[in-house]
Amino acid sequence: MDWLFFGEISLAGLAMGGLYALIALGFVIIYKATRVINFAIGEIMMFAAYLFLAFAGGMEMSPWIALPLAVIGGSILGGVIEKTMIRPMLGESPISVVMVTIGIASILVGLVEFIWTADPQLLPNFLPREPVFIGELYLAPKIAYGFLIGSVLLVIYLLYFRFSRGGVALRATASDQAAAYSMGINVRRVFNMAWVFGSLAASLAGVLVAATGGLSPQFGIIGLSVLVVVIVGGLDSILGALVAGVFIGWLETVAGAYLGGEYRMPATFLVLAVILVIRPYGLFGTHEIERV
Amino acid sequence: MRIGDAKQSYEADEAIWTSQTQKLWLGLFLLILLVFPFVVDSYLLYLGCLVGIAVISTTGLNILTGFTGLISLGQAGFMGVGAYTVAWLSINTALPFPVTLVLAGLMAAAVGILVGLPSLRVKGLYLAIATLAASVFLHFIFAEWESVTGGMGGLSLEPAHLFGLAFQSDFMMYFIIVPLAVLMVMAARNVFRTRIGRAFIAIRDRDISAEILGINLLRYKLMSFALSSFYAGVAGGLFAYFYRVVTPESFPLSMSIFYLAAVIVGGMGNLLGGILGAAFMTLVPEALKLLTAALTPFYPNAPVFMSPMLEIIFGALIVGFLIFEPHGLAEIWHRIRRFFRLWPFRN
Repeated sequence: MDWLFFGEISLAGLAMGGLYALIALGFVIIYKATRVINFAIGEIMMFAAYLFLAFAGGMEMSPWIALPLAVIGGSILGGVIEKTMIRPMLGESPISVVMVTIGIASILVGLVEFIWTADPQLLPNFLPREPVFIGELYLAPKIAYGFLIGSVLLVIYLLYFRFSRGGVALRATASDQAAAYSMGINVRRVFNMAWVFGSLAASLAGVLVAATGGLSPQFGIIGLSVLVVVIVGGLDSILGALVAGVFIGWLETVAGAYLGGEYRMPATFLVLAVILVIRPYGLFGTHEIERV
Repeated sequence: MRIGDAKQSYEADEAIWTSQTQKLWLGLFLLILLVFPFVVDSYLLYLGCLVGIAVISTTGLNILTGFTGLISLGQAGFMGVGAYTVAWLSINTALPFPVTLVLAGLMAAAVGILVGLPSLRVKGLYLAIATLAASVFLHFIFAEWESVTGGMGGLSLEPAHLFGLAFQSDFMMYFIIVPLAVLMVMAARNVFRTRIGRAFIAIRDRDISAEILGINLLRYKLMSFALSSFYAGVAGGLFAYFYRVVTPESFPLSMSIFYLAAVIVGGMGNLLGGILGAAFMTLVPEALKLLTAALTPFYPNAPVFMSPMLEIIFGALIVGFLIFEPHGLAEIWHRIRRFFRLWPFRN
């Protein structure tokens, strides 16, 4: 066994996993606050990445202006989706709400094809090009810097939800909606903010992932990997999203490198199936007891 | 409500056809189905066959999702199992189509039971994701198990045959697909007059309460999975005979979503809804194609925008129906019927 190769692959996988963790965090924020499983998260990422393409490529802005603009655009999109399509579904069965997000995903794919055609696109390169070495291990610069930017946002998020008023309001709403309401928390606003913040994390990750791997209307398929991450980690656990994100990213890359690309999805879904059978609520999720 | 509709016996209450008018309309509808292939052109015939296959598969998914409350994202995978079974059997054996179709259904049902096994421990969205995992594995098997499935190239098969008669054309396939669709919808209707069907409905409404009432959850959930995937398997088998080529890409995840959308647009937990939804969702893309063809002389770019428009319309239909008409087309149908029945009064 070639340990150097294994180390490099693992490192790339872990860096990718860091981005998965960021997307999963966006997913978990939305789920915690609103109990909506968002199948459209991959498409929101894609939309933000296309916005970046339009700003940086089409309008020739500096990437460092285009990036925040694209991310803001993605979060506005999340807020609008919540206001117009998720809010009316309040109180409906989870099946219906999930189907709405699937419908939204389809609409977003159509819109993107409509505006930017179905052809694959390359994002303008904005990350430094010098190769990164950690010890002897080589890491592709795009992945390394993507990971770095992603981690910064991740840390900001964790601190924000731990200490700020908005973060406390979100956690209070997640743990008991009625109590939060009676304490004067504006639950509707929390719902909306959760979608905005969740989409913001997803949008940033979307631009970073698209910068390394290219962009096409099929980009949203990454949402399936994120789904695996959040189920393995536990739908309502931020810690779970981080741990499972890094692990699934690593596993996917290692399986792809050693067994071939067609084994990436089956490998992660095998982990998912095992977790579903032995710990359905995920590694760190809350086990909800159902009563009649 | 109709007046004077009081039922005197249990049988009368459980009867499927409650009035002469209903039987008359049904007879007329069956007659139209029978005459249809003789009067229409090949394109409409092709659509008729597609709708028939979609009706079978949607009815199957409706049993699972609409009546038992278990969401499945694996319907396309189960159809694939049926299609590959038919393809393999028709290449390696000389069995006639009724046998291969039943075997396809049974094979899919067996896989369905396997996939349904976690359904006692996980439910709701977790189950949807478990079935999603199953469809990923099935796709992987279709693509990689080359000695049986032919790998990415897939399998091509001979036309369906019975007593030396080969069903080569769409015209002949119509006479397999549509009667089978009618039969299977009727069978589904009858399932819901039995203990089993009522157990499904009880599980959907509240599974814990159902268990307390003495319904064996695992058994009935697995039964629902088996029945639903049997339908999917038969539909997949017909799909294989109809196109006569089966590849892993014939059954993508988007197909599972398509059937789920058909159930929702038609009306969950309503067999008529499943039929309407299947027909509607199959015909919308075709209508769009016609529209595009009509617009092309004026806007030469129209064909370029067709595929994105289709995605947008597909998504908008799902979202729109769920928000504005959660009971689907079936409810619209009932409303129209009520309007005529009560005319000239409103409601």
